[in-house]
Amino acid sequence: MIQLPENSHIEYLVGQSEIDVRPMVPYNDLVCEFLNEFSSILRKNRNVAKYPDIATFSFWCRKANVQKMKSEFHDNKNRIGRGLAFHITPSNVPINFAFSLVFSMLAGNANIVRTPSKKFPQIDIICNDLNMLLSEKKYHNFKENTVVVRYKKNDEITGEFSKHCDARVIWGGNSTIFNIRKIMVPARCIEIAFSDRYSICVLNAQKIIQLDENNLEKLATQFYNDTYLMDQNACSSPRLVIWLGKSDKKGKEVFWQAVSRIVEKKYHMEYIQTVDKYMQLCRNAIDMESNISFKSNGVNLYRISLEALPENKEQLIGKFGYFYEFETSDINSISHLVDSSFQTLTYFGFEKKIFLDFIFHNRLKGIDRVVPVGKALDIGPIWDGYDVIGNLSRIINIQ
Amino acid sequence: MRIRLFNIDQIIENCPYGLNKEEKNKLFLQVVNEMTLHHYQNSDHYRNILNLLNYDPTQTHKLSEIPFIPVRLFKEYDLFSIKRSEIFKTMTSSGTGGNRVSKIFLDKTAAKNQIKVLSKIVTNFIGKKRLPMLIIDTPSVLKDRTLFSARGAGILGFSTFGRNHQYALDENMELDIENVQIFCEKYKNDKILLFGFTFVVWKYFHQKLLDLGIRLPLENAILFHGGGWKKLTEESVDNDSYKKALNKSCGLNRVHNYYGMVEQTGSVFIECEEGHLHTSIYSDILIRRADLSLCKVGESGLVQLISLLPKSYPGHNILTEDIGQILGEDDCSCGRKGKYFKINGRVTSAEIRGCSDTIA
Repeated sequence: MIQLPENSHIEYLVGQSEIDVRPMVPYNDLVCEFLNEFSSILRKNRNVAKYPDIATFSFWCRKANVQKMKSEFHDNKNRIGRGLAFHITPSNVPINFAFSLVFSMLAGNANIVRTPSKKFPQIDIICNDLNMLLSEKKYHNFKENTVVVRYKKNDEITGEFSKHCDARVIWGGNSTIFNIRKIMVPARCIEIAFSDRYSICVLNAQKIIQLDENNLEKLATQFYNDTYLMDQNACSSPRLVIWLGKSDKKGKEVFWQAVSRIVEKKYHMEYIQTVDKYMQLCRNAIDMESNISFKSNGVNLYRISLEALPENKEQLIGKFGYFYEFETSDINSISHLVDSSFQTLTYFGFEKKIFLDFIFHNRLKGIDRVVPVGKALDIGPIWDGYDVIGNLSRIINIQ
Repeated sequence: MRIRLFNIDQIIENCPYGLNKEEKNKLFLQVVNEMTLHHYQNSDHYRNILNLLNYDPTQTHKLSEIPFIPVRLFKEYDLFSIKRSEIFKTMTSSGTGGNRVSKIFLDKTAAKNQIKVLSKIVTNFIGKKRLPMLIIDTPSVLKDRTLFSARGAGILGFSTFGRNHQYALDENMELDIENVQIFCEKYKNDKILLFGFTFVVWKYFHQKLLDLGIRLPLENAILFHGGGWKKLTEESVDNDSYKKALNKSCGLNRVHNYYGMVEQTGSVFIECEEGHLHTSIYSDILIRRADLSLCKVGESGLVQLISLLPKSYPGHNILTEDIGQILGEDDCSCGRKGKYFKINGRVTSAEIRGCSDTIA
């Protein structure tokens, strides 16, 4: 057992200031059973209806999905968790801490998870149900190795929790990662840092024009979910749309109009978002001068068409429904833009293989996810180019 | 094409609250269209923005359809429509907490016009005679004369309406009660002009007087204060309770809040006797919803400000980050014409979703 710090600044939402750090085998039966039960408790919780993010999470950790992940993970190696993992999760996504915890439980670790300091109701709902389940006798192992804490930014406390960990998981931004890296961890501790990333979407206008009304609406909804659902501010939400293939002006317009109809129905713009978008528009006008043109389907949907791609993506950062678009017949023409910060490429109307060829052929440092439109936000154990569960466990070489 | 631009002298002798809706619209339609073209021709940045918006400034547009620029732009870019060598004065906003400050560039004419217009507006409230003036601030905000902070510019601007100026606070922001009392005694039979920033007046003057248990005889004084309510709202002090409190601590009967921002010269909106902020003939206000459509009277939204003054920099039409509502036009019972309105606060930085912000 390891003693954890205790003071008035730290709130223990789950567990207490003592933790059993002995690892287990990844995807062991007990943890799979535990998650399945957790999933069904959450799904029965009446408070959950209000929070689609909890619903997504609880659906994600149901039995079928965990079994699927398990079968994809199996690599014939003798694996066991690393010991104690300490997670620092993003301040503006209430549910992220739960995913981080589950990944690491599946890897076989004991866990300390720091939630956002802001009191999101989702966090309380999840922690309450978690505590309820942990009080069952058969799960006493998890009761002793699972800790969720909440505290305001405090390097000293972060230092205390970092002192004993075998793995540290940091969810960015970059400045946070730099900051936390200054805080020491034991020599053998590994670190997984999820830094700021950039994502793009590649669309085929000629395929879009062939869609019937239902399928067009479906595609537009999926695109909406990838972007507006997180204010276009998630690492995996596309900011740049590449129209690949033969130019089809009508296909483009049909797509944006369909997206606009969904946005009108579902998205609510705040004053500050309107101001921020307009501000970005003025910045682009000044900095990019004549190489761009502007189209809008109302204030909810701004589009900047690029006549040529800039040298880097620095100016191509839109939020709240602010997209850059570029038309090309050759995917290789965008390769200079792709740096190591590129994460997800969503696509519609193409064979996925062309994107793998694109990455290999151009020897790119970025893009580590290629998924269909609609799946940008689907988190999984292979994330940001890491095999998260593989990294959070160790391999025993036995001969 | 070079246009002959409207000169504020053409209307400077008019009553600043003398135009009705129709007359004012006619004037603004012409002048704001002209100014938009003027800045388009003389500011590269401004031209780039209008070009991206596909806006043709050679055509006359409805006032509400003329593009505005976001006030935050002055923090990130140097915007001006004159030669660099013609810059006579650079004003800055009062930056708090390491934020970037706005930079506003004036040539000689613009600086002169700013004073003229302020004078027309303020004398409408206090008369033409200069009054003994108590400045509720420290003289040290004026130390660096080359960079005018909003606070310094406000003090200097209003100082021209006063005489025998006395600062109420010392270098350390402490109330100089001795000199203040001497000043009050000396001018006890005069109308006195008081000027200060809303929060400074409250914290360093009013509250200090309460602490000292001293009631100043300022029944004949008239106070102008501005700079925003943010800190006072946090302390649950609104305009009404502010006035009542000041009446208690120093007998003040005439308290006028004003609203304006360094980014737009000529936009000085003074609260009338009825408690309403008023547009003058030099400036106008529009209120917009989050989708940028125009609000109805009484509906609150984003504040857009228009002024006939900014000629040296493209700040004649700006979108602020304040929330306000128009209460009426031409029919305020104080008798002044023009729109009257109130400010409800600032846009709050919304909770932005996303995953790249741990703040750890």
